[in-house]
Amino acid sequence: MPHRTFIWFILPSLAAMILFIALPIVSVVVQSLYVEHEQVLVTVENCGPFGCTEETRVDRDATAELREAQPLGRFNGLGTYFNRAHLATAEIAEAWATSDSLGAFWDRVMNLPFYRALVFTLAYTFIVTPLVVILGLAIALGVNALPRIFRGVTIFFSLLPMIVTPLIGSLVLFWMIDAEGVIGATLQILFDDPDLSLKASPALTWITLFIYGVWSSAPFAFIVYYAGLQTVPEETLEAAMIDGASRWERIRYVVIPHLAPLTVFIMLIQFMDNFRVFEPIVGFQAQASATSLSYIIYSDLRGDVQQFGSAAATSVLTIIGVAILLTPVLIRTWRDFNRKRA
Amino acid sequence: MSFTRTTTLTAVATILGAGTAMADCGIESGRVAILSNDFPALHAMAEGAAECASDSVTVTANQTTEHRDIQVAALTANPAEYTSAVVANSSIVPLLNEGLIRPLDDLIAQYAPDLPMTNRITIDGQVMAVAFMANAQHLFVRDDVLAQVGMERPTTYEEVLEVLAAVREAGIMEHPFAMNTASGWNLGEEFVNMYLGHGGQLFEAGSAAPAINNEAGIATLEMLAALNEYANPDFLTFDSNATQALWESGELAVAYMWGSRGGGILDDENSTPEVTGNTALIGAPTVAGGDTPASTLWWDGFTIAANISDEDAAATFRALMHGLRPEVIEANNDAAVWLMPGFTPGAPAEGVVATATSGTRPYPMVPYVGLMHTALGNELAQFLQGEESAEQALADVEAAYIAAATEQGFLQ
Repeated sequence: MPHRTFIWFILPSLAAMILFIALPIVSVVVQSLYVEHEQVLVTVENCGPFGCTEETRVDRDATAELREAQPLGRFNGLGTYFNRAHLATAEIAEAWATSDSLGAFWDRVMNLPFYRALVFTLAYTFIVTPLVVILGLAIALGVNALPRIFRGVTIFFSLLPMIVTPLIGSLVLFWMIDAEGVIGATLQILFDDPDLSLKASPALTWITLFIYGVWSSAPFAFIVYYAGLQTVPEETLEAAMIDGASRWERIRYVVIPHLAPLTVFIMLIQFMDNFRVFEPIVGFQAQASATSLSYIIYSDLRGDVQQFGSAAATSVLTIIGVAILLTPVLIRTWRDFNRKRA
Repeated sequence: MSFTRTTTLTAVATILGAGTAMADCGIESGRVAILSNDFPALHAMAEGAAECASDSVTVTANQTTEHRDIQVAALTANPAEYTSAVVANSSIVPLLNEGLIRPLDDLIAQYAPDLPMTNRITIDGQVMAVAFMANAQHLFVRDDVLAQVGMERPTTYEEVLEVLAAVREAGIMEHPFAMNTASGWNLGEEFVNMYLGHGGQLFEAGSAAPAINNEAGIATLEMLAALNEYANPDFLTFDSNATQALWESGELAVAYMWGSRGGGILDDENSTPEVTGNTALIGAPTVAGGDTPASTLWWDGFTIAANISDEDAAATFRALMHGLRPEVIEANNDAAVWLMPGFTPGAPAEGVVATATSGTRPYPMVPYVGLMHTALGNELAQFLQGEESAEQALADVEAAYIAAATEQGFLQ
């Protein structure tokens, strides 16, 4: 395609990407470098149904003047990135200097909100992604081996977890694992432990979230693999059969290599999706035991006081995290591309 | 959901607008758009206000539990998206900080000169909101269970613990207690209540510096932990809906819940006569020998946006006062503890009234309390899960608060 045609061809989507992706990211980066103005406080008398009290409030006129002078707020550089709510460099250094053992140091680090969220996010990403790939492939192989008339129905039911809105899916499961719910109560009877609660212990909450993640994402891997299975060359399979390959050997040496590019694609999408894990934490009300980077951004922007600078800094750190995570896969794809071109 | 409600109200407004209601309100023209929380008392008010709709007066309402997250942005627009935001002690603060609501003195003088002083939320000499209902968390007890273990209704948290121990001892219930301890806003609120009951101050006097890492703070956390020994192990996920459901299913003997849930708990839906008939709403208990109940008083009130025309402001004020007239209050008597004429306190109001008349402090209305509340809600769960000490938890709260308050410009 001539470059000129290509430019015209891609222009609309390029414009949309600049407008809706690139510019917002730039604005978030700028936002993260600023903090609110110094608030001018005055003490006034407040009266209401429960009597009068002396309370502090913001002096609006004085603050408005400051705002007029610097509409973005005070420039803070990378200060927000390194404070306790984010990378917490000072706290980490202090913990390193004063902890007796590595375990104690780790405990102190896990006490910092950003690292607590980061560890859960990474654990979720690296546990759920491979399981989704394996389970998706297994379902696809199973469905592909079914007689044709059963396939439509099976595919429909296998896709259900993906069709259900994530929040609804997690809420349904949340009620089922309640100590009074069908799964929660059954587990209590099975393990003969009336205090067993999937929602109370952090470890069990993590496992519940992982299982939910696999449950909701496996259909995506399944449908991609199922489509891929339709393109496996019959001749190669037949040749393998003539050579005496068992079903497992055919899968291992013919099907899986054929599906390798799809695996890269699924991993890429799943890494990105899982790194942004959010809905299940809200749906399962799991924030006491598990928070993710997306969740702390959400939490900063909720409530009576919205902390835009802090949320922006976490957003930028999340983008950097996604970039780091995807680098190996992207390098691989780039190499493949160059090899094919050469 | 808010969309349907808006549509329904508009429809109601249109139907009623054609009738006689116009004469009742006496508004010639204007726009009334209400943003509020989502519970029955506020539905009643908005429906009352919708009666004022006519050919020249539009009345719409967006009633959503997420109202706090959109109010600042919605009222910053000029003209404001909503002409009125219905707020509480805490959610009025950001509107005040940004100067988004107007003083109501002129409107009150013109249209409601008889409004009692207690309904006027006066800040620095100007009325900024009209309070119309009160709320507080207090105890709900089951009289039949108390009788079974031969104990009186508790008035202190120490007595609550004795009752809970006796109920468990007698084998009546394994987890007889619940409070709204869902990690986040609810948990933060429980700390504030218990801490004020211990006589604590959240901030150093006259400054935004935190002051919770002290003996009162530790005693507060220890009491919360002791109480939740008797709660279902899922307690860190308990919000008001969860605790109300537990109460209605008869699984609790003592609970600490919002007074506004009283109406729903005492009605004959979702529960059995055995539970509702024996449920008593009593005042919040004191703790550690203090005189002040361990609770905070909340009011709900309406404000009028600054960025709207005077005509719309007057229309909104009159429509809302129409929505709060004695007939509406009488028809919805048990939906809330109303602070308006026409209200007769019934059984669902007993807890809040008892709490309010025994010297409970109002929830602090300072501009940085929201940041403290968020820090408390996020950092205390680990202590209640037994993963860290009370001192560490309080130090974490202070550190998280200081980081946030510095970013917001309250601390240097």
